[in-house]
Amino acid sequence: MAKRIEDLKVIGNKHLNNDSFILELSGNTKIPDFKPGQFAQVRVDGSPDTFLRRPISIHDVDYGKNAFKILIQIAGMGTKTLSKLGNGDILNLIYPLGNSFSLPSLNEQVLLVGGGCGIAPLLFLGRYLKANGFLPDILLGFRNNARIIEFEEYHTIGNVFITTEDGSMGEKGYVTSHTVLTARQYNRIYCCGPYTMMKAIAAYSKNKNIICEVSLENLMACGIGACMCCIVDTVKGNLCTCIDGPVFNVNDLKW
Amino acid sequence: MVNLGFSIGDLHFKNPVLTASGTFGYGSEFDDFLDVSKLGGIVLKGTTLEPREGNLYPRMAETPSGMLNAVGLQNKGIDYFEKFIYPRVLNYGTNIIMNINGSYIEDYIALAERINKLERIPAIELNISCPNVKMGGMAFGTNLTSAREVTREVRAVYSKKLIVKLSPNVTNIVDFARVVEEEGADSVSLINTLLGMSVDVTNMRPALSTITGGLSGPAVKPVALRMVWQVANAVRIPVIGIGGIMSFSDALEFLLAGASAVQVGTASFIDPQSSVKILEGIENYIIKKGFSDIKEIVGYINRSN
Repeated sequence: MAKRIEDLKVIGNKHLNNDSFILELSGNTKIPDFKPGQFAQVRVDGSPDTFLRRPISIHDVDYGKNAFKILIQIAGMGTKTLSKLGNGDILNLIYPLGNSFSLPSLNEQVLLVGGGCGIAPLLFLGRYLKANGFLPDILLGFRNNARIIEFEEYHTIGNVFITTEDGSMGEKGYVTSHTVLTARQYNRIYCCGPYTMMKAIAAYSKNKNIICEVSLENLMACGIGACMCCIVDTVKGNLCTCIDGPVFNVNDLKW
Repeated sequence: MVNLGFSIGDLHFKNPVLTASGTFGYGSEFDDFLDVSKLGGIVLKGTTLEPREGNLYPRMAETPSGMLNAVGLQNKGIDYFEKFIYPRVLNYGTNIIMNINGSYIEDYIALAERINKLERIPAIELNISCPNVKMGGMAFGTNLTSAREVTREVRAVYSKKLIVKLSPNVTNIVDFARVVEEEGADSVSLINTLLGMSVDVTNMRPALSTITGGLSGPAVKPVALRMVWQVANAVRIPVIGIGGIMSFSDALEFLLAGASAVQVGTASFIDPQSSVKILEGIENYIIKKGFSDIKEIVGYINRSN
């Protein structure tokens, strides 16, 4: 699928809590066939403090409506500016970028693990898996109740398990301590979230011989493999997160 | 029709817009966004004799109106280039310039000798100004004796067009331009990135793994422009202006100050079509101003009129 640079129209901005929101975008041309795990390079406003684009995962896609969503956590000036966008505003994107999560083999038991804003690419992945006949379990971790974001959507694609660090919802603790990991057996885990969480899940998967793919969120300038800023140390040397990733099999990472 | 072409000696460029090394990969990364044959030239990602993994992550930090990078010349080396990349860039329909780097003078010589044999590479850009490698790089470009020596040695083995890319991290860049001109450089390109740094206040750590890195983007443009103007008034060889060019108007500032051509760098990260948009803008400007040849505006501000 060819990459494109395009002005898209904001057709929705839903604030989930104090620091997360979902932008829905639509364009004049037909949206591309996204692959789960892909992302967009979002132009903020070109002001001195938001000079570079921001890499943001594709959260959900509605081909019927010719629209897609990106889930964003406010982390700095750029995302703060994006949070104020309203219907009709124009946003310039370079997309779709990056590789994708691989499709499981038949009869594999699949688990999606997401933490915080890292759950963003897992919704579209889940829908994709469901459309291909899989019924994944979904394990989501948050700091507390207030951080829980639109998890209702995930119930439509599989069994949802929740952990919060303070126990305000679901099991208390981290995703790696959730009882579902001991109660059920998985062949494949897809994971996106904070670095420490992904590393813990990677270690768990390696230990249990489970295929595990993680989606990395490295600092990026170009998003198309030109600047070589977003590298990750792999068994094949330094690779660009933007074109060789963002999805990597953990066996390829030097974690 | 206006004439947008310029020349370095007998090497003709169809227009004055090139892409800067390290910001345009090997060209094909941009295939979905533009037709590279429209450009005056492409300066490829820096090549070294041996493969290099570059510096550790993080290698990039956003700064006001710019960015710092500390990539450290990650590339697969000249052998890989010859085998796998050269065949791909042969038919780009524009001038392909190789940017070469070394830790020792012998590295530069060996690279130049190899590239001299590559029929479709009409020029090299001698990078003596990379701030992100421990050995070589900027060390050559910030010492007049070394700059002279490396230019002389490369000139002795390289028969095609030799462009020397100058470092702004010196007291007087004009001295360096003069020295490399004396040693037979056919052109100078400037500026490479300015040495800078950034600290992550949240983590209380340097933003880059290397602590310092190279600053690029609009933040450096006024400095770059001043240096290009100084150098253009001091040497006879063509000057290629680089530094924070985001728009055609930025590019025109460099041309009016005396640059014969420009390289578009960091702008390609923000808008991959920047280079062709800048080219179109320059052409429209020339027409609107009633000129017929781009040479009429090169160094315009330096003329008594």
